[in-house]
Amino acid sequence: MNSYRHSVVLDEDKCTGCTTCIRRCPTEAIRILNGKADIDTDRCIDCGECIRICPHKAKKAMCSKFEHYTHYKWKVALPAPALFGQFNGLEDIDDVLQGLIDIGFDEVYEVAKAAEQVTAYTRLYLKTDHIKKPVISSACPVISRLISLRFPYLKDNILPIMPPMEIAAMSAKQKAIREHPELKPEEIGVFFISPCAAKVSYIRNGYSGFKSNVDVVISMSDIYFLLLSAMKRGNPPTVGSQTGMIGIGWASSGGEATALLNDNYLSADGIENCIQVLETIENGNIPPQLEFVELNACIGGCVGGVMTIENPFIAKTRLQTVRRYLPVSRNFLSPEMNFVPPEFVTDDMPEYKPITRLSDSMGESMRMMSQIQQLKEALPGIDCGACGSPTCRAFAEDTVRGLVKGDRCCVVLQNAEKKTEAKADEGN
Amino acid sequence: MSDHLNFHFTVDGDNFVSAGQASVQVKKNLRELGLSPDVIRKVSIAMYEGEINMVIHAHGGTADVNVYEDRIEIILDDEGPGIKDVELALQEGYSTASDSVRSLGFGAGMGLPNMKRYSDDMRIDTTVGVGTKITMTIRL
Repeated sequence: MNSYRHSVVLDEDKCTGCTTCIRRCPTEAIRILNGKADIDTDRCIDCGECIRICPHKAKKAMCSKFEHYTHYKWKVALPAPALFGQFNGLEDIDDVLQGLIDIGFDEVYEVAKAAEQVTAYTRLYLKTDHIKKPVISSACPVISRLISLRFPYLKDNILPIMPPMEIAAMSAKQKAIREHPELKPEEIGVFFISPCAAKVSYIRNGYSGFKSNVDVVISMSDIYFLLLSAMKRGNPPTVGSQTGMIGIGWASSGGEATALLNDNYLSADGIENCIQVLETIENGNIPPQLEFVELNACIGGCVGGVMTIENPFIAKTRLQTVRRYLPVSRNFLSPEMNFVPPEFVTDDMPEYKPITRLSDSMGESMRMMSQIQQLKEALPGIDCGACGSPTCRAFAEDTVRGLVKGDRCCVVLQNAEKKTEAKADEGN
Repeated sequence: MSDHLNFHFTVDGDNFVSAGQASVQVKKNLRELGLSPDVIRKVSIAMYEGEINMVIHAHGGTADVNVYEDRIEIILDDEGPGIKDVELALQEGYSTASDSVRSLGFGAGMGLPNMKRYSDDMRIDTTVGVGTKITMTIRL
């Protein structure tokens, strides 16, 4: 059954069944059933498009509340670099880090620091013989899930290094255990401060038997005002940032790719653009020398996540100011380092799930497909969504799959009515 | 129903951007039929190269994908200039594409060779001045 647990939830009271979201969903995962949006959890990739587009704010990203986790004796904050783009006039990242301490965290571990490590190890990995190129970034969980559902052939192209968040969580936990022998491991809570809903799902599900080192995910927008007022108090920083330009650059699209200092990269953002790029890679129609592909489901990259406050382009501009005087990187590898440490490597790649297949038997699938084609011919083809399915093709498919009754096309009904009226007129 | 499914597409002659849309749609259909990723990839590459060829050389044409229980047949039919020397056209790197097409990144002379590589069987019926019909078969 539906084993994948998502982070997008519906506020039924607010949903009017307006059909806006069903047409925006890139995987056609939403239907209007009984007047409310219904998400197929097998198809959903947590991209957040429905949250962004819903005119009634009925879709939300489910997150944990910081104040609910008082039972951890040692709380470590893992701010994603996108957080530093949310504050007007911010000059020093340390002020944000201090703000996190002031709102109740015991320690801060920057995800941007781990990002710089991933950058350094990716450069090494790209020099490895016999790897499938172009290497596709593993950082955006939406893209990893999309590949597992729709581009299985590209699975082996995914960078086998854990995403920065995961490396930061692992390092933060190890550090806390090392420095605080008086604490039991379960008393240490690692809190990721997330710009996006997909990370919530990633942490809850992993891909296959994977357990994340992140204990709690909290939304950037949830702690924003708390953090802002703490920062306004202006306590002098007791913690210092350990990130350079590269780590901060990861927050926006192109940051990860340009950090590799390798011209043969492609970076794309926005889910539809990413899908097009993946289709093109799968068809083999890409420059043969292409080495690295960075794909971000959100427009602008992580700063465009649904849990951020600020417009992604403004956030990006602010980050440019913040990183202006930083060193390029603060996390270089020692020159003798010539391999990716095994604890950073993950073989936990998404597995192909043929979720859209019509039936387990090829003969039956062909029969159903033929029915879908016939049904589709009879539909108006205007993809209005009034029936609750995103397109006429999807409606035909839903009908053949038995998900809906095939008599809900209002255009077909209206045309039939007109015909009857015309006949009646003729009779007069 | 008949013994096979047919997906029919019209390939627009002067649009590089939309070329490839048929192969995306075919991929979607083949996934729904539950075919293996490997087969889907073969079909999609063969189909994509064929579509691009029709745009570059023949002002478009039609593409038909016929799915049988044991094989997939891709038929690309156009009323273009025809292929003068089929053997030469099948050589990797040989291309008659114009400079303007090459400047777009196409015309590397890999179209027909890739179509042959990714299909189990390929038949080319071509008449200069009349058109070309290519039939590719991928066994399941």
